[in-house]
Amino acid sequence: MWTWFYRLASPPSVYRVAGVFAPWLLLSAAVFIVYGIIDGLAFAPPDYQQGDAFRIIYVHAPAGWLSMFAYTLMAIAGAVGLIWRIKMGHAVAAAVAPVGASFTVLGLVTGSLWGRPMWGTYWAWDPRLTSELILLFLYVGVISLRAAFEDPNRGDRAAALLAIVGVVNVPIIHYSVQWWNSLHQGATVAKFAKPSMPGSMLWPLLAMFMGYMLFFFGVLCMRVRAEILNRERQASWVREVVRA
Amino acid sequence: MSVGAVSVLRLVLRRELTLSFRRPGQLLQPLVFFLIVTTLFPLGLSPQLSLLRDMAPGVLWAAALLASLLSMDGLFKGDSEDGTLEQLVLSGQSLTLIVIAKTLAHWLVSGAALVVVSPIVATTLAVPVEAFPIMMLSLGLGTLTLSWLGAIGAGLTVGLRRGSVLLSLIVLPLAMPLLIFGANATDRAIGGESAAGALYFLAALCVFTTTLAPIAASVALRITLE
Repeated sequence: MWTWFYRLASPPSVYRVAGVFAPWLLLSAAVFIVYGIIDGLAFAPPDYQQGDAFRIIYVHAPAGWLSMFAYTLMAIAGAVGLIWRIKMGHAVAAAVAPVGASFTVLGLVTGSLWGRPMWGTYWAWDPRLTSELILLFLYVGVISLRAAFEDPNRGDRAAALLAIVGVVNVPIIHYSVQWWNSLHQGATVAKFAKPSMPGSMLWPLLAMFMGYMLFFFGVLCMRVRAEILNRERQASWVREVVRA
Repeated sequence: MSVGAVSVLRLVLRRELTLSFRRPGQLLQPLVFFLIVTTLFPLGLSPQLSLLRDMAPGVLWAAALLASLLSMDGLFKGDSEDGTLEQLVLSGQSLTLIVIAKTLAHWLVSGAALVVVSPIVATTLAVPVEAFPIMMLSLGLGTLTLSWLGAIGAGLTVGLRRGSVLLSLIVLPLAMPLLIFGANATDRAIGGESAAGALYFLAALCVFTTTLAPIAASVALRITLE
């Protein structure tokens, strides 16, 4: 019953399918991002309080959201590899990690750039920024653990276990950081209460979310292909692909 | 030969404790480290007592976490180098139980020892005596939780040549909630307020890791040893 699934999850077929999807994902990502950037940066009305500085949200919010999504995806892919011993799970997890970490860095950098005009400082120990920073540490841990093993199989499985442990911890860290800050500083930092946005601001944001998501999966497809070629370099089909 | 779960726990625990007490010098190292790190802060910041009292919870907690992580690296290392760990894995006993016993033994000689020394350090940081019970209770819960988290990290890094830095890199982000609640409990105790909320959180984290971390650590060992 599961044979079709195993056949689909075999390296050559994943390699092929990812190759088919990658250009379409990246192309549609470009469409959404170009629309979102132009509409968000040029046409959406400025915020009544934050003026034009709020526009960084179009780059920042999707990055922050994807950083968490990517970590979850990495843990799930790792779990699939660990539990069912599907090699492609580990390949996907290995391919996601640097992409997710990059989105985390992007979220942190844009967050602190936004903080400069809003808070008057590049870095405030705001709960969201802090838990994003810890998320970056978690990514670094998983990436370096995988790299530390000489035997790639062990590295894969160790990294998968660490990602799973991390995913269990992320909500704990998130809420304890919020609790910590609310105790220590109170409401010194203007709380960014979920603003009910007018459509003219919201549409470009949704487009950016969609564009980031498509871009993420497009890049993921390409990275998975590279990862497969590297991992299966002894296999005859890879030699044929490389020669062709 | 079948041995019951309780006797496995007891036997491994006794073996670990005997081995640790054969080398008392190593037992003292984390404690001395704890003292030295906490000495750095008055020297680096200011010897002013009111300032130190404000810094005390954070300094105490950060130093305690670092000191007990420092010794975490050795949790499985010695046994892995001389092959004992493989024998334990092959013994047919539950690996989770063995991990529990080893981690508990390790906590007794590192975390619990830190708790015992903490009043000395706290005195040098101008923490009032009334705050000692809460501080020690929070440190006890916190270091035990850290030992469980550290056991996962130690299991993952046991075969690696430069495992100890990696171990800290892996475990410290996971331990941040401990620092938050532990330092908060200590801070409140110093201020004479009720620390119950933070202590409950610490206790919850402790129970949570006690139930799940041994399983994760034994899976980690199986991955690195196979």
